[in-house]
Amino acid sequence: MEKPVYNTDIVRSFVHWSLLWGLVAILVGVIVSLQMVEPDLNFPPYLTFGRLRPIHTNAGIYGWGVGVIFATFIYMVQRLCKTPLWSNKLAKFQLWFFNATIIASAITLLLGYTTSKEYHEMEWPIDVMVVILWVVFAVNILMTILKRQEEQMYISLWYMMAALVGVAILYLVNAAALPVSLFKSYSAYAGTNDANVHWWFGHNAVAMALTAPPLAMFYYFLPKTTGVPIYSHRLSIIAFWSLIFMYLWTGAHHLLWTPVPDWVQTLAMAFSVMLIAPSWGSVFNGYLSMNGQWHQMKENYLVKFLIIGLTFYGLQTLQGPMQAIRSFSAFIHYTDWVPAHIHMGTMGWVSMISYASIYYLVPRIYGRELYSVPLANMHFWLTLVGQLVWSISLWVAGVLQAGMWNATNSDGSLTYTFMETMVEMYPYWWARAAGGFIFFLGIIIFIYNLFMTVRKGKDVVAPIVTAAGRN
Amino acid sequence: MWEKKPLLLIALATAAILVGTTITMVLPFAWVNTETDRIASVTPYTPLQQEGRDIYIREGCNNCHTQTIRPLVTEVLRYGDYSKSGEFVYDRPFLWGSKRTGPDLARIGGKYPDAWHYKHMDSPRSMVPKSNMYDYAWLRKSTLDPVMSERKMKVLGFPYTQEQLAQLKGKNELDAVVAYLQKLGSDIAWRKAAEVTIVGELKNPYPDTAHRSMEEWEVIYSEHCAACHGGHLEGEIGPHLDGANYTDEELFSLIFNGIPDGGMPAFSSLGTNKVWKITNFVKYYVQGEDHP
Repeated sequence: MEKPVYNTDIVRSFVHWSLLWGLVAILVGVIVSLQMVEPDLNFPPYLTFGRLRPIHTNAGIYGWGVGVIFATFIYMVQRLCKTPLWSNKLAKFQLWFFNATIIASAITLLLGYTTSKEYHEMEWPIDVMVVILWVVFAVNILMTILKRQEEQMYISLWYMMAALVGVAILYLVNAAALPVSLFKSYSAYAGTNDANVHWWFGHNAVAMALTAPPLAMFYYFLPKTTGVPIYSHRLSIIAFWSLIFMYLWTGAHHLLWTPVPDWVQTLAMAFSVMLIAPSWGSVFNGYLSMNGQWHQMKENYLVKFLIIGLTFYGLQTLQGPMQAIRSFSAFIHYTDWVPAHIHMGTMGWVSMISYASIYYLVPRIYGRELYSVPLANMHFWLTLVGQLVWSISLWVAGVLQAGMWNATNSDGSLTYTFMETMVEMYPYWWARAAGGFIFFLGIIIFIYNLFMTVRKGKDVVAPIVTAAGRN
Repeated sequence: MWEKKPLLLIALATAAILVGTTITMVLPFAWVNTETDRIASVTPYTPLQQEGRDIYIREGCNNCHTQTIRPLVTEVLRYGDYSKSGEFVYDRPFLWGSKRTGPDLARIGGKYPDAWHYKHMDSPRSMVPKSNMYDYAWLRKSTLDPVMSERKMKVLGFPYTQEQLAQLKGKNELDAVVAYLQKLGSDIAWRKAAEVTIVGELKNPYPDTAHRSMEEWEVIYSEHCAACHGGHLEGEIGPHLDGANYTDEELFSLIFNGIPDGGMPAFSSLGTNKVWKITNFVKYYVQGEDHP
């Protein structure tokens, strides 16, 4: 059979733009971390922590995270289906509409047009843009799957399809609002209902945008990189179905001890603990796929990114359920522990897997060998150290803060005022900023290495063999 | 089977997603914001308060301040009565937040007088030296728009009068924020209910000069009282203090329970020991005398 002509141009473009938005997200992250320790670095009205923090989170999720999803899904779907992308025109439109959406989001958030709902701050006109964008993307991927030349659908395709449906449902329901003007709307839900709907969205956006897609990437790029298939097909089936079934029950673990009905909180707590099983199903499947291949951890920088990324996923999915238990949540919620948890997921799991995927893609879509493996190794260590400094400093800070908030004197009064607890945070916040900066250096080296690969990398002679090992 | 049929896979995946969604997200609508959790004394926001709320949202205050108090001992001690579902029925969107870089604000309403908030918003660090909150004095420069405000009230379905709208004209954005903060958590009469009565006779543990330690007490006074009553008790937001006007017991009770209707917060959470120290500092402080 003739080898189909895959669309790689669009993959290149999505890689470029997602890297740019990733760089912006991390840079803004470093800036807001400094604003927290030095209030004079806030420049109202536009450049304040209150307005920049949503730009950091949304650039991270929608610019970097979703940008990489676009790049890798379009790359994977063509190969897994052995057929070219259904519509190149639609993909081209998607690319520019994606960038327009991200730019419009950044500008409106700077101007203070926000719904205030975390990870969904953009006002309703941008919600409309996001919905159009996602529909265009989903249709293109699904049509490509429908006309595939390979009957059996690989694991990655399951996760991709679940993500396409899941994100659509979550985003549409949570976006419901009553517009007052082009730039102002009020949520369609009020108070406790709004909170419960929002964290159903918030937690499952993590499931559908930051868990299922990186898993799709992991299941595809790990075997491609090591040359050995996934350990157990059956385990991947169990993990997939139980993951997407159980995730949706857990949103209210963000709302333990709040006025949300008790039984909703209890269900969220129970399902959160149960989620350890499907999460670790994938983790074990990944580790066991390395049977007899562990030497590649030393030889192959791509395996390092993938396996350490997976390890962070494993840690994340143990720590998360722990925080979802009422007693532990009572102690730790609202402290700096929580951002430390989130960043282990985003910097450790999602970014590591995204880096690995892009390292795998770039030599293949450009036909060039990677410019420098030592630089890739340095990138790995900066990412790992940056993330660990970031999270460990805030875990310590969170425990300290929680302990001080809860400390009482013998007569039942509070030992510390709020300010006495807050000033203790400054050294840890400085350490966090340093961790973020190390991580930032990592992506700078990454982008430089990719740039030099495209400019000066040696041409690849078919079949593609990269420093990453066999293809 | 489903591994070869994409439409079947999508249908099954959607079904799997919708089970938990229906039970934990859709079903609670049957109880929440109904008669079950209604609180009669909770009222909608006035145009000025709603404008303040919208500015609170615009500036992303929820990134550092939560608005929900959990039914946990230290939390209720620190912030006040725990939050109830019925208190939030007019909140679109909810502003519970997820991180306390600054303190919770669910019951900030009525804790301090307006003047405290103006001074604090103008320059937080002038009152709380090590705070990392930045200045909001610039909110004074922007005025409010009654036309937009009326549209908002209509969309929200809140009652309003033309008089209330007309009053917006002379106000600025900071006025609106302060009006909003003063409403927060004050629809239920929790402050009176939270007052503590000390059983038994109040006895000053520092009865004579031998026990006095003005230097130590001044540190406590400076931290908790000076922002309103001045470093030398001269008064600013709160009145000038003259210890001679009160007995030990009166002064202690005032500080311990505050003046709920007078804008003086209760300091019971500091514990009796610290409150006695402040009491004695105020009592024996002599104007003009040099205190280190």
